Amino acid sequence: MGLIHEIDYGTKASSNTKLVSLSIDGQTVSVPEGTSVMRAAMELGTQIPKLCATDMLDSFGSCRLCLVEIEGRAGTPASCTTPVAQGMVVHTQNAKLAKLRRGVMELYISDHPLDCLTCSANGNCELQDMAGAVGLREVRYGDEGANHLDSVADTSNPYFQFDPAKCIVCSRCVRACEEVQGTFALTIAGSGFGSKVSAGMDEAFFESECVSCGACVQACPTATLMEKSVIEMGQPEHSEVTTCAYCGVGCAFKAEMRGEEVVRMVPYKDGKANHGHSCIKGRFAWGYATHKDRITKPMIRAKITDPWREVSWEEAIAYTAAEFKRIQAKYGTDSIGGITSSRCTNEETYLIQKLVRAGFGNNNVDTCARVCHSPTGYGLKNTYGTSAGTQDFDSVDHADVILIIGANPTDGHPVFASRMKKRLREGAKLIVADPRRIDIIRTPHVEAQIHLPLQPGTNVAVVNALAHVIVTEGLVDEAFVRERCDMAEFVDWAEFIAQDRHSPETIEGLCGVPAKLIREAARLYATGGNGAIYYGLGVTEHSQGSTTVIAIANLAMATGNIGRPGVGVNPLRGQNNVQGACDMGSFPHEFTGYRHVSDEATRELFENTWGVALRGDPGLRIPNMIDAAMAGSFMGLYIQGEDIVQSDPDTKHMTAGLRAMECVVVQDLFLNESASFAHVFLPGSSFLEKDGTFTNAERRIQRVRKVMAPKNGYGDWEVTQLLANEMGMDMHYQHPSEIMDEIAAVTPTFADVSFAALDRLGSIQWPCNAQAPEGTPVMHIDHFVRGKGRFIVTDYVATDERTGARFPLLLTTGRILSQYNVGAQTRRTENVAWHEEDLLELHPHDAENRGIKDGDWVKLASRAGETTLRARITDRMALGVVYTTFHHPETQANVITTEFSDWATNCPEYKVTAVQISPSNGPTEWQVSYQKLSDDARRITAPAAE
Amino acid sequence: MSPDRHVYMANQIGKFFAHQREDIAVDEIADHIRSFWERRMLADIYAHLDKGGAGLDPRVILALRKLRAGTAVAP
Ligand code: SF4
Ligand code: SF4
Ligand code: SF4
Ligand code: FES
Repeated sequence: MGLIHEIDYGTKASSNTKLVSLSIDGQTVSVPEGTSVMRAAMELGTQIPKLCATDMLDSFGSCRLCLVEIEGRAGTPASCTTPVAQGMVVHTQNAKLAKLRRGVMELYISDHPLDCLTCSANGNCELQDMAGAVGLREVRYGDEGANHLDSVADTSNPYFQFDPAKCIVCSRCVRACEEVQGTFALTIAGSGFGSKVSAGMDEAFFESECVSCGACVQACPTATLMEKSVIEMGQPEHSEVTTCAYCGVGCAFKAEMRGEEVVRMVPYKDGKANHGHSCIKGRFAWGYATHKDRITKPMIRAKITDPWREVSWEEAIAYTAAEFKRIQAKYGTDSIGGITSSRCTNEETYLIQKLVRAGFGNNNVDTCARVCHSPTGYGLKNTYGTSAGTQDFDSVDHADVILIIGANPTDGHPVFASRMKKRLREGAKLIVADPRRIDIIRTPHVEAQIHLPLQPGTNVAVVNALAHVIVTEGLVDEAFVRERCDMAEFVDWAEFIAQDRHSPETIEGLCGVPAKLIREAARLYATGGNGAIYYGLGVTEHSQGSTTVIAIANLAMATGNIGRPGVGVNPLRGQNNVQGACDMGSFPHEFTGYRHVSDEATRELFENTWGVALRGDPGLRIPNMIDAAMAGSFMGLYIQGEDIVQSDPDTKHMTAGLRAMECVVVQDLFLNESASFAHVFLPGSSFLEKDGTFTNAERRIQRVRKVMAPKNGYGDWEVTQLLANEMGMDMHYQHPSEIMDEIAAVTPTFADVSFAALDRLGSIQWPCNAQAPEGTPVMHIDHFVRGKGRFIVTDYVATDERTGARFPLLLTTGRILSQYNVGAQTRRTENVAWHEEDLLELHPHDAENRGIKDGDWVKLASRAGETTLRARITDRMALGVVYTTFHHPETQANVITTEFSDWATNCPEYKVTAVQISPSNGPTEWQVSYQKLSDDARRITAPAAE
Repeated sequence: MSPDRHVYMANQIGKFFAHQREDIAVDEIADHIRSFWERRMLADIYAHLDKGGAGLDPRVILALRKLRAGTAVAP
C-alpha cells in the first residue's frame, strides 16, 4: 500500500457534451469543447510543466511555465488558459520551449531558499518537481540581490504555518480561498517584486477572516503553506480513502499515514460529496483519537457513586449480560433497551437494533435522530413516501432560488455552504428564514435578497403564509400538481391555505416579519426558476417540527420544485451518519428501510433471517425510556456513542431517569457526561480504527476504512457482537462487509449495496437495487415514491412554551463551525482556540435593559433550570431572542431547555425556551454540584498491584 | 409513567388533525398512537381513560376508545 496520488489535470473538466479532436505531440485526443490544452495533454498522460494551475481552480495564466507552441498561432500561449480547438496541432516540448521554461524557473528559484533537504515539502513539492521537469541546472542570479529569504513565518494558526520566504506568489492560495471556500480571506498585497500573500488586512492568519478550511494549504505548490503535522512528522508514506466522522456532509478524505500514525487528512478530489474540499473539523480536528483522555480499558462499578474499576473485556461483557438478564427476569422483557449512534457506522447501528429486537426481545431501540431529524423522517415519508432528502449536493449548481430555513450552513455544513456560496456568486437568489442574521446572509460577494427574521416558534405560520401567497396569487404549478399529486388532497389543502388567517398580513404581528417581505419571498421562490429548499434543526426541533417539514414539502409540490436537479427539499443532516442510523432501523417502530414493525411481511423476512420471533408493537423512544425509568419499569440501557446527558433536553429530568436505572452501559471514546451515570463503560473505537460505511445527508453511502488497530482492542461492532453472544445470540460476523450483505438482503432500498460495489463506484446513493443499480442521485423524478404526492393540511399551533413576566426572552440554541455538538471530540483538539466556551448572544437593547456589558457573566434561567455563561452583545440577534451553543459541559445549556417536544416524534423543542437573563458573578448551584458529581464520577481506582 | 405527560402528548396529536372531519381525525389519531406508542404508554393512557380521561380532548377520547376496541381503521 502506497500513497494515493490523484492526477492533477491542471484545469477543471468541461461539462460540454460536444467533443473536439486535436493533436498533441503527434498523438490524437478527443476532449469536450472548453477543455484546456493543458488538460487535454494530461488526458494523454503528457504533463506540461505548470505552477499556477491546478484542477481545483479556474486557470489563471500567471507563471508562464506551461507555454506550448500551436501550429498556425503566433508566440507561445499558456496551455492552461488556451482552450482546445478542432484540428489544433500542439507541441509541448522543443528546445525553444525548454529554454523559455528554464528561464522562468530560474527566476523563481533565485528568490527561493535552497534548503530542499530540510524542507517539510521535500519529496512532495511542485516547485522541486518543476525544477526537475524543466532541467534546471544553474541559477545565474545569486541570492545577494533583493529577496524575501529572511521573512518570518506566521505560525498563529494551530494547524498550519505560512512561511513567506518560500512563496512564489502563484496566488493558488488566494484563489482557493475565493473559489473553493468562498471566504476571501487572502489577497496578494503590493505589486511586482513587492507582491506578497497577505491574510486579511495584513493580519496573522489566526486573527484574520480565515476559517481554517485548509483549501489554501492544499493548493499551495510549495512548503509556504504547510500543515504543522507534516513539519513535525515528515511526509506520509501511505494513505487510505475514508469518510469524515463529523457532520452530515460526508467529506471524503485521504488519511495520509506514517505507519499507524495519521500525518494529515487531505480532502479527496473524487469524493462525490466534497469534491476535494473540507472544513476545519474533518481536515484538522482528528487529534482526539489519540488524546490522553481516551479510555481504552473496560470498566465497571456496582453503584454510580463508586469509583470505576478496570476489568478485562470478558468480565465487562459477562457482567453486562448478567445484569441485563437479571433485570429482565425481575422487571420483564421490556425493561431494557439500547441507543444506537449516529456517529457509528451503518453496520454498527444495524447490529445494535438487531441485538435489541432479536436478543433483548423488544423494540426498545432509539437513536439521537430522535432529537434532530426525526420530524424529517415523519414529514417526508407521509408526503413523498420516503424519509430522506430529495437531491444530491451537486443539485445546488442548478438552483436559481435557494431558500434556507432554520439552518446555518456556513457553521453547520461548511463544505456544502461553500458550494452554495459559489452558486450564489454565480447569480442564484437567496432567501433566508432565521431569527438570527446568520453569516450566509452577508458574506463576501453574497447577499441574501430576502431575510425573514421570524420569531422562534412561528415556522409553520411563516411557511403557511408563503403557501398562501402562492395559492392566492395564482403561482401554483398546476400542471405538476395535476399530474403528480393527489388532486382531492390538493384541493382540500389549497382551500385551507387560501383562508385569510394564513395571509402574511394576518400573521405579521405573530411572526414579526413584515408581510411585504413574505409576499416577495413567496413570489421569488415560486417564479424565480429552480427553487431549492435547504433546512435544518431550526425547522425540526419544535413542538411543530413535523408540521413544518410537511408544510415545506407542500410548498415544493405546489410550485413543482421536485423531481429534477436544482430543486427539492433538502434536510441538512447534522451528524455524519444520522441518515444511516435512521435507515438502519434505529427507531423503535421501524425496521431497516423505514418499514413499520407491525408490517407482517417485513417482520416475517426478519424473523426468517434472524431465526427468532419478533415483536410487532413499537418500543420506547428515548424520552419515553426516561419516563419509564422514573416510573420504575425501565432499568437497563446500552448506549453506544451518544451523550444523552449533554445533548438531550431538560438535563435534570434526564439524569434523574438514568439514576433510576440499575444498569447503564456507555460505549464511547471518552468518559462523557452520560458515563457519570453508568455502571459499565465499554471503550469505543474511532472512525480511523474500523471498517464500515456512513450515509450522508444526500443518502450517499461511503466507506470508512481502517487505518490503525483499535486502541481499545475492538471495533464497536465487535463489542456489540461479544455482548450479543453473551446474551445468548449466535452472531459471528468476521467483517463489517458481511453485516452490509445482510442489510442488503433484508432492505429493498439497499439490495445492490455491498462493499465490493462501493469500492467499484466510490459511493452509492440509495435506493440502489435492480431498478437503480448505481444508486439514485435525485428522487421522485417521474413519480413520488408513495405514488401520488400528498398535500397535508398544516395548521399553526402555537407552542405552549410562552414568554411572560418571569421569562420574557426566547432562547434558541445552535452550534458553531469549530466545535461539534457535545464537543467530546473537538474540545480535545486545537479547535478550542476558536471557541473556548459557550457564549450567550443577545441584542444590545436586551443587554442594556439588564445592565449587561459584553463579556459579563450572566445567569440564564428557564423554568427547567439555570446556568451561567458569558454574554456576547450583537445586533445580529433579533430583539427578545437570545442564542447559545451546547458544546461545553460546564455550561450545560440543556439544563435550560424543557420537556416540550414535537407532536409526532417527540423531537425536543430546543429552539424555543422562555428565559430570563440577569447579571451574575459566578456559577449556579447546579453548576457547582454538577462539577463535583462529574469529578467524582470519573474516579478510577488504580488496578491492584500484581 | 405520568398520565399528565401522556394526556399532553395525545392532545398534541389531536391538534394536528383538528381541521379534519371528525371520523377521519379520530382514525388518524388512533393510527398515530398505534404506530408510535409503546404498550406501557398505552396502558397508562387507557387507565387514565377509565378514570374519566380528565384533560383529554373529545376526539382523542374517541380515538383511544376505538383503538382499544380494535375498531380503528388505518387511514
Ligand atoms: S484556510 Fe481556508 S479560509 Fe483560511 S485562508 Fe486558507 S482557504 Fe482561506
Ligand atoms: S502561499 Fe503557496 S499558493 Fe500562495 S502564492 Fe505562495 S506559493 Fe502560491
Ligand atoms: S464539512 Fe462536515 S464532513 Fe466535511 S470536513 Fe467538515 S465536518 Fe467533515
Ligand atoms: S500553469 Fe499556466 S500559466 Fe501557470
